Amino acid sequence: MAIFSVYVVNKAGGLIYQLDSYAPRAEAEKTFSYPLDLLLKLHDERVLVAFGQRDGIRVGHAVLAINGMDVNGKYTADGKEILEYLSNPANYPVSIRFGRPRLTSNEKLMLASMFHSLFAIGSQLSPEQGSSGIEMLETDTFKLHCFQTLTGIKFVVLADPRQAGIDSLLRKIYEIYSDFALKNPFYSLEMPIRCELFDQNLKLALEVAEKAGTFGPGS
Amino acid sequence: MTVHNLYLFDRNGVCLHYSEWHRKKQAGIPKEEEYKLMYGMLFSIRSFVSKMSPLDMKDGFLAFQTSRYKLHYYETPTGIKVVMNTDLGVGPIRDVLHHIYSALYVELVVKNPLCPLGQTVQSELFRSRLDSYVRSLPFFSARAG
Repeated sequence: MAIFSVYVVNKAGGLIYQLDSYAPRAEAEKTFSYPLDLLLKLHDERVLVAFGQRDGIRVGHAVLAINGMDVNGKYTADGKEILEYLSNPANYPVSIRFGRPRLTSNEKLMLASMFHSLFAIGSQLSPEQGSSGIEMLETDTFKLHCFQTLTGIKFVVLADPRQAGIDSLLRKIYEIYSDFALKNPFYSLEMPIRCELFDQNLKLALEVAEKAGTFGPGS
Repeated sequence: MTVHNLYLFDRNGVCLHYSEWHRKKQAGIPKEEEYKLMYGMLFSIRSFVSKMSPLDMKDGFLAFQTSRYKLHYYETPTGIKVVMNTDLGVGPIRDVLHHIYSALYVELVVKNPLCPLGQTVQSELFRSRLDSYVRSLPFFSARAG
């Protein structure tokens, strides 16, 4: 499993479809006694570690669960504020799970339109004539592949850096989009895709691509 | 294979150095504006990538490519950014960008008391050494540019 997620962005930069196919778990759970030796702060309605990186807990990680109960934004499962809850010595010892904060749907919308602009700037700053926008963006943890159709729809796939065969997957997704979204009489152009057949076939294509992609060196 | 151009930014976004070799198209805006646009794009890519990443990152953003060129990015812990645009045939060149930073920028600019930091590099020695280093790279083609 090494395809992380799929985004479909319309020609205006709006996110019209998003699927998280696989999210690697990078979480750390630990039991703490009072006082807490980490500095936590509130950021974007989430409680993040600001200082005190150790044992797999890193700065920027969010509080995901307290005593095995998933938290809800800045509130615990039973509706108390996390920061307040953790400042009360009576609640200790407490077991907290930390991990990378999950993207909210608002953030996904924002990131999709951000990529839309980066794509355009990438082509403007080109040192060569007739360049497209960003087709592949490489980092040490993932590769982002983008395919823009002639009509301006962008298909974006985030995958493991070693996953092969993404180019054919992008074209396959375009085919699935044409077959199951565009040909669906209830689908209106440029609007979010809510088609069951599109969903099913996309998931199938991702599975096939994951199995077909080899993980040999240099692939 | 060929090298198009090279940008060097400091942590505040000042373009310390710019040079070009085989650049066939200009951005169509004044150079100062182009540096700002480039720095702004890299800044956004960095924040974009750190949000999108499914795992914690070490080096972060490395490179992107379009249909015509590839942009290689290297950032030091002090925020100096080395950006090189090449054609698509060039593989990972982190070591080359690191060399430009450690053996050229640090040695000839940081250690030179006559070069004020945080401003465009005026040193003629740095320019010529950088130029000859880039021209000596195996992927720098001798095609007329």
